[in-house]
Amino acid sequence: MNQVFDRWIECIRNSEPVAIATVIERDDAVEGDQALPARLGATLLISRTDVQGSLGHAQLDAVVTRDANAALASGHSEARHYGSAGEARRNDVTVFIEVFSSPPLMIIFGAVDFTAALVKVAKILGYHVTVCDARAVFATKQRFPDADEVVVSWPDAYLKKVADRLGPLDAVCVLTHDHKFDVPAIIEALSTKVGYLGAMGSRRTHAQRVERLLDAGVDPPRLHEIMSPIGLAIGARSPEETAVAICGEIIARRTNVIARFLRDDIGPIHPAAT
Amino acid sequence: MKDLIDDIERWRSNGQRVVLARVVTVEGSGPRDPGAAMAINEAGEVVGSVSGGCVEGAVVSEALEVMESGRPRLCTFGYSDDEAFAVGLTCGGTIRVFLDRLD
Repeated sequence: MNQVFDRWIECIRNSEPVAIATVIERDDAVEGDQALPARLGATLLISRTDVQGSLGHAQLDAVVTRDANAALASGHSEARHYGSAGEARRNDVTVFIEVFSSPPLMIIFGAVDFTAALVKVAKILGYHVTVCDARAVFATKQRFPDADEVVVSWPDAYLKKVADRLGPLDAVCVLTHDHKFDVPAIIEALSTKVGYLGAMGSRRTHAQRVERLLDAGVDPPRLHEIMSPIGLAIGARSPEETAVAICGEIIARRTNVIARFLRDDIGPIHPAAT
Repeated sequence: MKDLIDDIERWRSNGQRVVLARVVTVEGSGPRDPGAAMAINEAGEVVGSVSGGCVEGAVVSEALEVMESGRPRLCTFGYSDDEAFAVGLTCGGTIRVFLDRLD
């Protein structure tokens, strides 16, 4: 484990994506010529640049390497069962594949009050957060000290630049409240593989935005991918509460759990106080 | 794991043996996801956690045995087993923890 462990620590320190596979269980009943080569605790490390260690069998290593690469893409650590030579649908060995990927990305468009609160909550959840706004007076590091990056750029231009970095675990939140910024940003975001796309605004604002998006040639079924009004229907009002509602929605979308999304609700977002 | 590596490296560079305990499966509700880790050195010092504090004490006793024997082991903690476990998780889930000595 020594050499593998040192490389593992090096990857984590350098934020290099890495998977570590460990034999955590083996069927001791398998005997004779078929005896399991895999030793309990045997490890295999899979990074972008190298594979180190072995689980005791070349074919098992190959199959686990394949599964580890898939796990790195999904960011999901789990225990999996294999035959002693990596066969599927057997349960001779259990291998825990643990992945360390780079943190998921959240890109927030619009340097507004809601943004500052959303940055804070997103940081608690482990996101690498970028705030982007075309207006240099608002998009400053002083206003968003918790953000990892503050970028002055038109949203669609910035998205074009980072499009191939966005994947299913990442989020784009459009808080600009201004059609001239948010319509091109949404169109650009829809062409990426980003897992979550939310846009702030009342139902009326969003209805107007939808018309503009359709005019711009967006395929109508794809409008359903835009979470707008943004956030869960939990009666959030303040920027901080809204940030929690947005992050709750991002989690629910990722875990595919049925939650009350404002998008699917009817009536006003903020019911009259009783 | 990320939070543990400084302490683990320090212990190892002092020549101390270290056992790493990692959550590998979570059934039902569990407080931490697979990959949650704690490390124990031979002086019984602990960093990290594998649950919300429910089973850490038991993990440390297991870890000290692994420290002695050098033999990795897989332990199950939870209420849902038929046997009445001495320690369980208040959330009602079952977690499995894999312990191995870093040699």
